[in-house]
Amino acid sequence: MARQIYQAIVDGILVGGVYALMAVGLTLIFGVLDIINIAQGVLVILGAYLSYTLSVRIHLDLFLGLLITVPAMFVIGVVIQWAFIRRLRGRERTSMTLLVTYAVALIIEGILYEIYGPNPKQLNASYVQSSVHVFGFYLSYIYLYGFALALVLIAAIYALLYRTMFGRSVRATMQDHTAARLIGIDVNRVAALTFGVGVAVTAAGGMMFGATNSFNPNSGYDLISRLLAIVILGGLGSIGGALVASVFMLTLESLVTIWSPEWAIVVFYAALVVVLVIRPTGFFGRQPVRAQ
Amino acid sequence: MSPVMSPVMSRVTDSMSRQRAATGLALIVLAVAAIAFPLVFGSPVVTNYAIYALIFVAVVTAWNMFSGFSGYISLGQAVFFGSGAYAVGIAAKAWHINGVAVFALLPLAAAVGAVIAVPFGLIALRVRRHTFIVITIAVFFIFQLMAFNFSFTGGSVGVSAPFLPWSPTTFNDRFYYITLACAVVAIVMAVLVRRSRFGLQLRAIRDDEDRARGLGVRTMRVKLVAFVLSATVAGLVGGVWFLYLTQVQPQSGFDPLFDLSLVLMAFLGGLGTISGPIIGALIVEPGQLYLTIRYTNGYLSEILLGALFLLIVIFVPRGIVPTAGEWLRRLRTRGRPAVAPVQTSPRAETRA
Repeated sequence: MARQIYQAIVDGILVGGVYALMAVGLTLIFGVLDIINIAQGVLVILGAYLSYTLSVRIHLDLFLGLLITVPAMFVIGVVIQWAFIRRLRGRERTSMTLLVTYAVALIIEGILYEIYGPNPKQLNASYVQSSVHVFGFYLSYIYLYGFALALVLIAAIYALLYRTMFGRSVRATMQDHTAARLIGIDVNRVAALTFGVGVAVTAAGGMMFGATNSFNPNSGYDLISRLLAIVILGGLGSIGGALVASVFMLTLESLVTIWSPEWAIVVFYAALVVVLVIRPTGFFGRQPVRAQ
Repeated sequence: MSPVMSPVMSRVTDSMSRQRAATGLALIVLAVAAIAFPLVFGSPVVTNYAIYALIFVAVVTAWNMFSGFSGYISLGQAVFFGSGAYAVGIAAKAWHINGVAVFALLPLAAAVGAVIAVPFGLIALRVRRHTFIVITIAVFFIFQLMAFNFSFTGGSVGVSAPFLPWSPTTFNDRFYYITLACAVVAIVMAVLVRRSRFGLQLRAIRDDEDRARGLGVRTMRVKLVAFVLSATVAGLVGGVWFLYLTQVQPQSGFDPLFDLSLVLMAFLGGLGTISGPIIGALIVEPGQLYLTIRYTNGYLSEILLGALFLLIVIFVPRGIVPTAGEWLRRLRTRGRPAVAPVQTSPRAETRA
């Protein structure tokens, strides 16, 4: 029993790393653009399908394929922001962006259905099936590699935010749009690039998700609701919060799965509700009364 | 008022009373058309479209009564709709109710919607708009998963309704009038709420919640009451929908696309107006139904629905009704000075 619990905790932390990768994009986009990107879930799935195509068609290694899919997803993100989100202003902006990103999600989902059909797919590679025995735990290689990848990418995002001029403009925009514009930051450019970066990391998240789960075009809904729960729990706009919340939630889910796999996901959402009752801003949230 | 103003003022009151008479006439024509509809189009295929459209008119009006007026976009209306459906099904099975007597269970469906809305609202309404949307999604998924996992909800098979001994035509005609009644009830409720002090408080919350509270609006109570009212109607209509469809499964009772369709309808027509969501429902629901029947794989209808969303946002971001209202006003006042007092007074905003 104790062994099972430890194994569940280790699994939860490893899977949590993968979710953190997807959630960071979502929370970054929220922080800068003040919108919730409902399409994030289906974009993860799109990333998974891109990896799938590369690995099936030209037999490219999953991790090497990221060199193509990450820039591709970055471009897709910038295009979505430029074409649809940029033009939204005014009082109903929040709800409108929600609708727009939802519409984008529907369209991408429909196109994925047309191309790949409804049958579930899974990414495959030599390291997906095998696992290593360390300190009495079975750790599958894909989770270890994925966790390492997540750490590297999140560190890269941190470096981007805290060590570059672009990162400084992003953080300035997060703090105050108007003031950022006044000191000469091109807020529109920052918004477009941030959306691109937020979507680009889903390529890596999607590859990991696709290698550890079977997916079809419909998987995006389940994923986006989990990701939303994570970023709200961590505090919208907080990258550290997203990291902590992913690991917390996935460990919790993995622990409950020992007793009842069916109820594990309910516990996932119930935890969100409970935390919000106690602390409406999430773990690391800013003021609840945000300018609206 | 100076005497110079009076001709203008009399013209204003004149045009207002003329407008009121025109509205009244239009309502009577609409009512006659709605009542006569199944007599003219007897085919169950046609009435099926009408019934679904009316179900959505009722639910989207109820949704708009909370989300449209208060600005808190809820993606959890299916929670009440699905729970109403399940409540009727489970109660009918448990108490062995058969035949026409199942309609006596509809108040139960409404009550279940209301009872669920109280704790749901108390939790979800503590946070502001962004987070509210996400909590409603979370609660929605909790309910869908509960419907899948509990034994009394029948798991993925769901629950079926008792058999109603009516021929297909009678069946559809009767359900047409039942759903019409639901839609009328929802619309009357929405109009009353909108015209009341309570409705004004809701819209004050939408415009600036902190200021509304500063001015003495009990924001939490107002939001909660509107949320519960909206849930009551949704639960009732969910029960009717279940009896019409004769079955409910977790995916159909708690359908994420259901909530999104509601939002689309309201935005298409005009969020927060009375007629907007109705028009939105009358356009979107038959279209969606047609596409699902025509293209059974459903992917194309998804792409089209998404594209329609984007077109609305780009071309009529405020919805059909407010945009059309503005066009009409511009047409009417073209070439001569606008009749200022009517347009700038707060009443101009409360009509529509």
